[in-house]
Amino acid sequence: MEGLLPDLDVIRKDFPILERMLAGGQPLVYLDSANTSQKPQVVIDTMVDHLERHNANIARAMHQLGAESTEAYEGARDKVAGFLNAPSRNEVIFTKNATEALNLLARTIDLGPGDNVVITEMEHHSNIVSWQLACERSGAELRWFGLTDDGRLDLGNADQLVDEHTKVLAFTWVSNMLGTINPVTDLVARAKAVGALSVIDASQAAPQLTVDVQAVGCDFLVFTGHKVCGPTGIGVLWGREELLNELPPFHGGGEMIETVTMARSTYAKAPHRFEAGTPPIVEAIGLGCAVDYLGHIGLDAIHRHEQAITAYALEGLQSVPGMTVLGPLDAAGRGGAISFELDGVHPHDIAQVLDSRGVAVRAGHHCAKPAHARFGVQSTTRMSSYLYTTPAEIDALVEGLHHTRSYFKVG
Amino acid sequence: MSAELDNLYQEIILDHYKNPHHKGLRDPFESEVHHVNPTCGDEVTLRVHLAEGVVQDVSYDSVGCSISQASASVLTDLVIGKPVDEAMSIHQTFLELMQGKGTVEPDEDVLEDGIAFAGVAKFPARVKCALLSWMAWKDATTQAQTEGVTP
Ligand SMILES: Cc1ncc(COP(=O)(O)O)c(C=O)c1O
Repeated sequence: MEGLLPDLDVIRKDFPILERMLAGGQPLVYLDSANTSQKPQVVIDTMVDHLERHNANIARAMHQLGAESTEAYEGARDKVAGFLNAPSRNEVIFTKNATEALNLLARTIDLGPGDNVVITEMEHHSNIVSWQLACERSGAELRWFGLTDDGRLDLGNADQLVDEHTKVLAFTWVSNMLGTINPVTDLVARAKAVGALSVIDASQAAPQLTVDVQAVGCDFLVFTGHKVCGPTGIGVLWGREELLNELPPFHGGGEMIETVTMARSTYAKAPHRFEAGTPPIVEAIGLGCAVDYLGHIGLDAIHRHEQAITAYALEGLQSVPGMTVLGPLDAAGRGGAISFELDGVHPHDIAQVLDSRGVAVRAGHHCAKPAHARFGVQSTTRMSSYLYTTPAEIDALVEGLHHTRSYFKVG
Repeated sequence: MSAELDNLYQEIILDHYKNPHHKGLRDPFESEVHHVNPTCGDEVTLRVHLAEGVVQDVSYDSVGCSISQASASVLTDLVIGKPVDEAMSIHQTFLELMQGKGTVEPDEDVLEDGIAFAGVAKFPARVKCALLSWMAWKDATTQAQTEGVTP
């Protein structure tokens, strides 16, 4: 099959969990990578090595281990800056996850009555609720782009939505439900034209597309570590340095200050301004290793692999009677998450039968309830591939779906 | 693998799923509640009609998986026509079965078709599905009792 990673067998060996046997002697077929990706041995080893040999708090420990730990943590920041092609390492802020990064922005960007914030109907709840809260607090108005029937952004009324009162235009690069890849540079240009800040949720893009913040030209961008082969507990906020230094602090505490008196404090500049307290040190180091790993394989090669697998999956799914795929049907314009409905069987029941065959998928609303409502569905089943997914695993999914239909006696 | 699965998807459950009993919202009723399972989005709107200490009717509208749908159907079979006290005690028995992690031996005299859910208790992720309508019913019944009869 064209486009697959040439060393797929070798890559799979990097991920020890893919050898896992499940109940009943079933080998694992992991098709839930949009939920969280698996971790390569090198990430696991790097984290273990840090804990075994270099562990100390960063920045404030005046000893050798402290220096080693600080160097490793700050080294991870350099790696992430490289991964994003950020002009400065000071623009990379470590957060707990993408959700925290989005909330940081929604909490610190100044909004008021008369302002508006524009989002889209295909956002993950983290990029909806955080702005709803910000608008409720500030009196700003929340607006959103609707979706077309084939699961793309409806830009028909873009000029009315994004106007001179728009303060923030926040949108996902790749939809976690529909798989749609959005026209990010076009949206960033719209924000720029009215003087609004652009915020990109790259949680689903960073695993599979080259993310170059300078090429995209956005103001802020977030992603989450655990979807890019890194650990949980670590996410990234990238922002243009001068903008970050204009924002007020988010959390107050250690390491985010210049000086503290009982009456008042002055604050450090980014990134430390937004990293109050002891950060997730080993998680950041794991993430640094993960983005290095992806860079080593190459995001272009990973993207080609995802497209090849996605095209193969779309074709296989269409062979199942009663199948409806939501979102774009051409693999070129979408990412590796495919949500679908199967006539007569509820997603929970599909996922359960697939699980009994070792096939792990997600069932539910995938934290995108409004996007589900837009298509008149309450929940869907979602398969999502990644750089270690094989065509044989897609075959196992498709066979499993045929079996599911016969198990529930539909058709 | 499929023995476990067949244990979960008992024939009785699939029958109730395909042909749910007492489905649809009806009048009269004293209270109506709406419950959701936030993880998967399963939803139920449920009404109860009580009179003279007896569950006169339970009607519902719901979307969800086979387990949650079948369990609503079995619930209505078990509680409609029963004194409220007895219905509450059936509720308690079903709850214990579901929370027993597969160790509780179900009592067919009390739970009738409800014993088919014994296998669900071994699937922690599905227990919430089985309990959705039961929790809604208890909530609605408590409300109907405390608020008294409204026209
Ligand atoms: C598009 C998108 N945004 C944000 C998130 C939130 O990521 P996290 O839960 O790691 O904060 C996710 C992950 O589910 C996602 O898919």
